[in-house]
Parts: sequence; structure tokens; C-alpha cells
Amino acid sequence: MATLEVEALEKRFGGVQAVRGVSFAIRPGEMLALIGPNGAGKSTCFNMLNGQLRPDAGRVRLKGRDITGMAPRRVWRLGVGRTFQITATFGSMTVRENVQMALLSHHRRLMRLWRPVARMDASAADALLARLGMAEQAGRPCGILAYGDLKRVELAIALANDPALLLMDEPTAGMAPQERVGLMALTADIARERGIAVLFTEHDMDVVFSHADRILVLDRGTLIAEGAPAAVRADPRVREVYLGSGNMMSPGQGGH
Amino acid sequence: MRWCGPSGRRADPALLENLVLQALSGLASASSLFLVASGLTVIFGVSRIVNFAHGSLYMLGAYLAWTLVTNLPRGHLGFWGGVLGAALLVGLIGLVVEVLLLRRIYRAPELFQLLATFGVVLIVQDLALLAWGPQDLLGPRAPGLRGSIEILGLRFPLYELFLIGVGPVVLGLLLLLFHRTRWGTLVRAATQDREMVGALGVNQRMLFTSVFFLGSVLAGLGGALQLPRESVNLHMDLSIIAEAFVVVVVGGLGSLSGAALAALLIGELHAFGILVFPKITLVLVFLVMAVVLVVRPHGLLGRPAAAAHGAGAAEPPIGPAPRPLKLAGGAALALALLLPPFAGNYALTVLTDIAIFVLFAASLHLIMGPGGMASFGHAAYFGLGAYGAALAAQWLGASMLGGLVLAPFVAGLFGLLFGWFCVRLSGVYSAMLTLAFAQIAWSVAFQWVELTGGDNGILGVWPDAWAAGKLTYYYLALALCLGSTLLLRRIIHAPFGYALRAQRDSVLRAEAIGIDAFRIRWLGFTLAAAAAGIAGGLFAYGKGSVFPTTMAISRSVDALLMVLLGGVQTLSGPIIGALAFTGLQEQLVRITDLWRLVLGSVIVVLVLFFPQGLAGAARTAWERRHGDT
Repeated sequence: MATLEVEALEKRFGGVQAVRGVSFAIRPGEMLALIGPNGAGKSTCFNMLNGQLRPDAGRVRLKGRDITGMAPRRVWRLGVGRTFQITATFGSMTVRENVQMALLSHHRRLMRLWRPVARMDASAADALLARLGMAEQAGRPCGILAYGDLKRVELAIALANDPALLLMDEPTAGMAPQERVGLMALTADIARERGIAVLFTEHDMDVVFSHADRILVLDRGTLIAEGAPAAVRADPRVREVYLGSGNMMSPGQGGH
Repeated sequence: MRWCGPSGRRADPALLENLVLQALSGLASASSLFLVASGLTVIFGVSRIVNFAHGSLYMLGAYLAWTLVTNLPRGHLGFWGGVLGAALLVGLIGLVVEVLLLRRIYRAPELFQLLATFGVVLIVQDLALLAWGPQDLLGPRAPGLRGSIEILGLRFPLYELFLIGVGPVVLGLLLLLFHRTRWGTLVRAATQDREMVGALGVNQRMLFTSVFFLGSVLAGLGGALQLPRESVNLHMDLSIIAEAFVVVVVGGLGSLSGAALAALLIGELHAFGILVFPKITLVLVFLVMAVVLVVRPHGLLGRPAAAAHGAGAAEPPIGPAPRPLKLAGGAALALALLLPPFAGNYALTVLTDIAIFVLFAASLHLIMGPGGMASFGHAAYFGLGAYGAALAAQWLGASMLGGLVLAPFVAGLFGLLFGWFCVRLSGVYSAMLTLAFAQIAWSVAFQWVELTGGDNGILGVWPDAWAAGKLTYYYLALALCLGSTLLLRRIIHAPFGYALRAQRDSVLRAEAIGIDAFRIRWLGFTLAAAAAGIAGGLFAYGKGSVFPTTMAISRSVDALLMVLLGGVQTLSGPIIGALAFTGLQEQLVRITDLWRLVLGSVIVVLVLFFPQGLAGAARTAWERRHGDT
């Protein structure tokens, strides 16, 4: 069964139709990229998937269950991890504590008043951080971390509740080029390992074409193409949309 | 409602006329209120400073007008010249305050600015006392406006009629200024997005200073124009600032037309409230504010403030106390345990108070520090605990232990109720709603004489026989307060405390990992209220009586001062703050009549030079010495 099915999603802001009739599905372990020029409706689309925004019409199903319009925290409980375009972490906590919070929430232990957090789920958090190559940073406060590291922390947080689906909004924005490929390769490994479906938006076409199993192209709120990277690259409508706006038209740079 | 309704024929014939006159006098108060509130709202709009000292500027306006008018030659020139001169002088005083103090703290957290302006309030109070003495001063009446005219057969003072005209004229002039001049356009632009205006190369310093000057002139004018209406006294500052806050918040922070509308609403509410609900006049205003904020979280004409672009530096993580702190804490505890048997009764009373205020401050810190919420009305829960215990003793014949058990429940229950409304809002609005609820609680205690004895309070709330000795009671208070404070500390280190900080650091991330931010805030608020209730209950039995002042604004401000003095960002902050504040105040009151002046100056110096509070400054110094980061 598909992890996520999206059916005829619509969103309108005032007179602007931000997303119209978007439908797609994503399988476990699949890396699906959602691309499109600025203002195509990527973020709007994204925010409707985890409940940040309520769609005007359409359905979102997670493992067959209707989650349309559910609050973000309930969507998370059903197994959807999320990273943000601009990282959102708890700046006054250490890297380890950030992950511990997600674990504690997952185990529904947030209302505990007595036992110190320091002694709860610390080893599980460390294991996750080690998997992401962040073990050495575990004790540092998030408030002073480099941006690329924050992106990794977000990923660790998003993985803490054993999600079936990861939503990553521009996971590599603001990172150095070498770091980008590293992070996405790691994400793809983990996704395959654990059968997690990953949906991500991305501006860096190198990242998209080297890591996506499949690509969706959004333009002015509508899906104009869908398919394997090679097919999408060859699609004349995609070429038209991207004409003169980026490096996706130069084949051979994708690292394939 | 015997006086309105469709069958007007049966009503008293003079009633309609009375109502008209009542409405007119409501308009006159609205006008005065608007003058003060407009200055406050314009200053807030541009500088985002909640200026507690605005009421002090108003009071100075009245005092200066009195001096000028009584010293200048009598007549039109003397009076009106004196009033305008006072307004301009107050403008200059505001200018000095802005340049010397506020300009340096525009980037500081909101609450520090509030603390600084409160320091100014204290300083001005004592300076006014020095300059004009403690007695009420009566000013002359306005030349040409001494008499009254007949409206519908009833007499109405001419001066009130004049005041009714002043409000709209000032509003019109301000609107012209803001919409027809380049300066006004900049002010409006800065109100919407301060950073953007700065990025456009506008000289922000000049803009802020000039806006502060204008706001201060308006406050001074408002005060000066009161001269023929009421006596000038030292309580004018705090009584007007509470009302002006209400007006500004109800109207929407930064909105001039909103302030006008709200002033009208509140002015008329005062006028008619006395007719319709004479028993709950004090509650009415704050009830309206609470309702407005619940229905329209940004006031009548306000809009959500643009999110601050550059968020402040993140707080450092919390951890177990370092060794020196543990040692210091242990030493303090040893002193608190071993010294009192050798202390006199007076010292024991002071020490008991300190223990109680440590818990009170620690409970507020839970909301402000980890919770990231501001409360201007935390005394409500202190007072509700005190009244809960006292009422149980008076009406149910409860023992001291029963009363002390009841206290946190009463406070917690109201915390649950009030908190549900307060934690939905954010920033200043949330803080003002907490103030509104505190004022409602205070008004009920003040006006429900049958139950609470009103101003006379509830007497004879004495401890049980076994705890009647001062020393025993001190140890009881120390055990309960210290225990509760340590429990709060424990909670901050437990998952719930972390969840509180999580929603403070990033609501977006918190919700994205299943944390219900609202529920966490709500429960945190309730927990803090219950803890304050314990402190309040102990306070009641310690003093043997309870008065409405236990939940007055000044007590809420005391708690704020303690937390901010100690430092919001450190767990030991509230404890040190409570010790420093209570100790300092106690000593100052004993050695000098001008304790407000000294305390205010200390606060201002602290805000300027130790913005992290005492504990925060100590930590920074310690870390620097040990090369830690």
C-alpha cells in the first residue's frame, strides 16, 4: 500500500489559486522530489500534508487513513516526521535534549513532573545522533550550532518517532555544496533501510537528480510532470517552465 | 432596568436629562483618558516599549502646571500658558529619559524595558515628594470656564464641556500630523515594521526621540488639564497608568483611532457603570478588557505585530547546579536553619516574608522563564491563596492546616480558569489580560464587603496553637516554601519543564513533534498559580490578616522585580532576586524615607549594566573566569 496518497488537493488564498487538483502517491522507501519554480505552490502543498494548512478540497491519506486537516501534532503521532525550510529546533537545549524531546513525546511521557530528562531516553537519542554523524555534537546547545548541523539535528528529531513518512522542506537550503550531497545520501540510506517514504522539495537540481527516485513538477499550482528523473529532464513542458532559470538543463551534472 | 425600556413615559421625567448629563461627563473623562492613552500608544507603536512611566509623566504634568499656574500672573495667559508650559516641560523630561535610559535598551527584552520604566516611576515618585511634599495640592479653576451652563435644565460645568472638545481636537491634530507630514508617515511606517524603516536609512534615533517627546507632551498635557478638576497628588501616576493601559490594549496597541474608541468606551462605562452596577464599578472596566481581548486578541483596532526579525540570543541549556552554586546554596540553607533561634521577633517576621517571597518569585519564574509568558497579575494567585485560607478560617472554621491545604487549590483553580484565556494570547496582550484578571480578583475582594470585609480585610487568621510561636512558624514557612521551590526546580528539569521550554523556543517545532503547546502553557500557568497560592496562604497566617492589597498591582510588580532582578534565564535567579529585593526594600525603608528613589535608581542601574539579572551576571563572570562557554 502507498504510504501517502494525495487526491485532488486545492488551496486558494484570496483570489490566488495556490494549489489546484494535485494528486500523487508515495511508496515506502521511495525518495520523491517535489520541484517547481518559486511560487509554484510547493510549500503550500507541503504544509497541507502535515496539517499546517487546511486544504479547501481534496484528501490526504496516510497508510489508508484520512488525515486531511488534522492538526500537525496529531499527524506527527500517526507517523509523519517533518523538517523545515528554516530550521526550527529548541535553541535553549542541547542537541541530545532536542532529540530526547521528540522521543519523550513519542512515548507520551511529557507530562512527567519528577524524573529529570537527563536520565530519560538519552541512549536512544545518542544512537540516533550517531547514525546521523552527530554524536560529537550531542552535548552542544542548538543555539550555537552551525546551520548545516542544525539540519542534521532536525532530521534526527524527525526520525525519533519511527515515521512512515518524512516531509523535508528544502532539506539542504543554506548548506555548503559538499554537505548537501552527504546529507541527502544519508537520508536516502536511512529511508531505504527503514522503509520510510521521503517527500522533499529542493532548489538544488544536483541534489534532486542524484537522489530522487521520482520527481513531481509543480507550476502555478498544477502538477505538470511526474516520473523518473531522466523522463522529467527530457519533458518539454518542464524545460519550458525552467527555461533560463537554473542548472537542471545541463545533463551530466547530476552525478548519475 | 427601570430607567430605559420602551415605556419611557412611566420613567422619572428628570431621568433622561440625568442620563444625558452622565453621558457628557463620560465624554469628558474619555477625553482626558485619550490624551494620556494616545501618547502611550504612539510610543509603543514605534518603540515597542510598554512605558510604565507614562503615568509619572502625567503626574508631573499636573504638578508642574500647579507650580506654573500658581506662580504666573493670574488670568488667561497665566493659566493656559502654565498648562502648555507644563506639557512642554514634561516633553523635555521625557526626552531626557529617552536619551539617558530607553535609548540604551531598545534591543533588550520587553520585560526589561518595563522594569526600567518602573524604576523611573519609583524615582519620579520620590522626586515629586521632595519637590512638592506629601499633601494634596489644589489648583485654581480655569479662567473663563469657572461657571456652568444649563443643559436640559440641569447644570453642567463649562470646564467639562471644554474637555469634551479637547479630545477630538487633539485626535484630529494627531491624525493630520501622522497622515499629512513626512515625519508622521515615518512614524506609521515604523509602527508597522521597525526594522524595515531602519533598513531604509531613516535616522531611527531621531524618530524614536521625537516620538517619545510627543508622547510625553501628550501625557503632560493630560495631567495639566486635570488641574481644575481634581487635586494633584502622588498617587496619580499609578491610578492613571492602569486605566491608560486598559484603553491602549482595548483599542489595540499602536492604534490611535483604537485608543480614541476605547477611551470613549471606558469613559462612558465609568459614567454609566456607577448608575447601573454600583456594586461592581471597579470590576467593570477590567471585565470589558478581558472580554475584548478574548474576542479580539489584538484589541478593537489593533493588528498582529510583525514578528521580530532578529530573535534574541537563545538561552543557555540548563543543567545540574555547578559546585560553587551548590556550596553557596548549602551555606544559605545552613544559615536559614541555624541563625533564626538567635534572631529577634522582627527579624523572624522579615525572614518568614523572605521565604514566602522566594516561593512567590519562583512560581512567577516558572511562567516567565521556562514558560516564556509574561504575567503582570501574578499577585492574583498569591492573594487568592491568602483569601482562600482566610475565608476558610473565617466562614468554615478551618484549622491552619486545612487553610494551607486549601490555598493552593483555590489559587490553582482560578489559575486554571484565568489561564485558559491568558495563555491563548501572546506578549503584551497576554500580560495585560493577566493584569485584568488580577484587577478583577482585587476588585471583588475590595467591593464584596459582605464576604471579604472589603478594605477592612479579614482579621484573626492566626496559626494553630502549635505553630503560633514566631520561630515555629518561620520553620514551617521555610519548609513549605523551600520544599515547593525545590519541587518547581525539579519540575523544570523533568519532561514537563522541558516541554514548557520547548514551546517557548519554537511553537512550530513543538507542534511538529506532537507537543500541545496550549495545553503545556495552560498547565504551567496553573501550576505556577497553585505554587503562588501556597505562598499566599502562608502569608495570610503569618500576618494574621488578609487585605485586598495582597493582590494589588504593586504586589504583582514586586514579583516581576524579583524575577527580573535575579535574572529570568537562571534557575537560581528568582531566589536571589527575592532575597535581594525583599532585603533591599526592608533595609531601605528603615534607613531612608527616600527608599523609592534609591530602589528605582538601583533598578535602572541594574537594567543598564546587568541586563541578565544578578544571577545571570554572576554566572557570566564565573564562566569567564573558568574559560567556559
